[in-house]
Amino acid sequence: MSNADTTPIAPEPLARQRIIQYLSAPGAAIGMTLLVVIVLLAVFAPLISPQNPYDLMQLDIMDGRLPPGSESYSGMPYYLGTDNQGRDILSGILYGLRTSLIVGVFSAIAAALIGTTLGLLAAYVGGRTESLLMRLVDLQLSFPTILMALMMLAVLGKGVQNVVIALIIAEWATYARTVRGTALVEREKEYIEAARCLRLPRWRIVFRHLLPNCLAPVIVIATMQVARAIGLEATLSFLGLGASVTEPSLGMLISNGYQYLLSGYYWISFFPGIALLVTIVAINLAGDRLRDILNPRNI
Amino acid sequence: MLKYILLRSLLALAVAFTVSLAAFFLLNVATDPAQAIAGEDATQEVVDMIRARYGLDQPLPVRYFEWLGGVLRGDFGESYYWHKPVAELVAERAGVTITLALAALSVTILIAIPLGALAALNPNSWIDRMALGVAVSAQAVPNFWLGLIMIILFAVMIPIFPVSGDDTWRHFVLPAFVLGASSVPAIMRLTRTGLIEVMGADYIRTARSKGFRGGALLRRHALRNALLPVISVLAVQLGQKFGGSVITESIFAINGLGRLALESILGADIPTVQMLIFVFAIVFVAMNLLADIINAILDPRIRIG
Repeated sequence: MSNADTTPIAPEPLARQRIIQYLSAPGAAIGMTLLVVIVLLAVFAPLISPQNPYDLMQLDIMDGRLPPGSESYSGMPYYLGTDNQGRDILSGILYGLRTSLIVGVFSAIAAALIGTTLGLLAAYVGGRTESLLMRLVDLQLSFPTILMALMMLAVLGKGVQNVVIALIIAEWATYARTVRGTALVEREKEYIEAARCLRLPRWRIVFRHLLPNCLAPVIVIATMQVARAIGLEATLSFLGLGASVTEPSLGMLISNGYQYLLSGYYWISFFPGIALLVTIVAINLAGDRLRDILNPRNI
Repeated sequence: MLKYILLRSLLALAVAFTVSLAAFFLLNVATDPAQAIAGEDATQEVVDMIRARYGLDQPLPVRYFEWLGGVLRGDFGESYYWHKPVAELVAERAGVTITLALAALSVTILIAIPLGALAALNPNSWIDRMALGVAVSAQAVPNFWLGLIMIILFAVMIPIFPVSGDDTWRHFVLPAFVLGASSVPAIMRLTRTGLIEVMGADYIRTARSKGFRGGALLRRHALRNALLPVISVLAVQLGQKFGGSVITESIFAINGLGRLALESILGADIPTVQMLIFVFAIVFVAMNLLADIINAILDPRIRIG
């Protein structure tokens, strides 16, 4: 009987608390919901899209540049119209989202890994390594990203893989600078001193003690960088340096429609652009809230 | 202070030289400029002739030092594609890009500061929410797509402005709006936060109690202090406008430095790429330096060593 009074109320698990706190902001809830929907659409694109936009056999040039709501000869509806090759825009968007998300996530993660490792190294090793790395970072950050990416693509050649490489090269420096800044502060704290006193090996202090405490800003930057990378990939594809015409990404679809824009075929560029915009807004909304929660000082 | 400015200027030069060195070697290794000049269908003899004529048969380091020697004498070489001195080419086109960048910055200021101020004066109102919405979408919309939408809306559907070119001021309206929009979120947020902080300060209460209201209070007391941090960020943004000109100029077919950069990178016009890298790096670093100097002048608490 008295049992109920004496046992403390079990606290909600920390993870669930965090999730509730995260979703309590309406912007974050909307962003997260959109993001989940977009990711699901991209993952299941082959199952839900009316057409395989990469399979040239399925395209009928006679269906080229049909306005939204038209039907093909076989009666299949083109909800968002078709492009110049008779490709269903809706299917193109669903498949294009895959390319965009893969490029965005992969380049952000790779740049984060490289940048974080180098930033930690600079902060912990110090000396000449540090100044060399940081000069490299200065160099990288004092040059417009888009020009850097363009040059890398001129060197590497066109293609989605090369876009990813160019994005990694263009973005790693941001992580390195931030991580070094955080690590320099953390390095002086008592828990690192304690770890040193225990004579733990250096790599262990760096990766098991220092790294976890520098991760918050990395996660925030990486989220925002996914959005940035998706935008940059689209830009580079638009300029004709990204995905090939037969495997459209969102930027490629927009670029395809560009030449028909003045003749009034607006939908070829318009709808992929909306998809791109919604994706980036969703990631930014989700990321903004993450930043508020992870570093409350920066609101 | 002078020492600091000097140091940073040297850094700018170092950046310019390093990036152009990297660009020179990478572009030369990845592409064959002789082939690019001759065109894709050219015969081997023609390509070889061009290689000899432009000195492209020399080893890379020799060619780099020749270029470097020229630069020190103020000679940036001759464009492979345009067949005239690169410096002349850049001088011809710089005006358009500077005009575009300044016009874009004006657009940013005209939209972002009033919007940020309105949001700050009515926190959590519908104006504040709308301003936040504008910021979130302006941050997300890719520049090139905004350009296309502007063309559809204001050049095709409602033909008020020309689609492309750079002859009259009307040609600059849409590009300046597109290029300016990307800086709106940062400036708006900064204005809003700054003004909210200032409006809570003691001297504003004093001014209020002395009878200042509305516009006069805002103009003479609040905005002056709230906009201090905005000014230096504007300098940084102006530098980024030059980078952004690559895309905007390509969409609106404006013959400025940005479009020249894109064309020369894609066409392996190495001398032009080299000089443009120089120009862009120096503008970029110079604007960041200007921002630091403005900060130091406006806020005596900042001392840069």
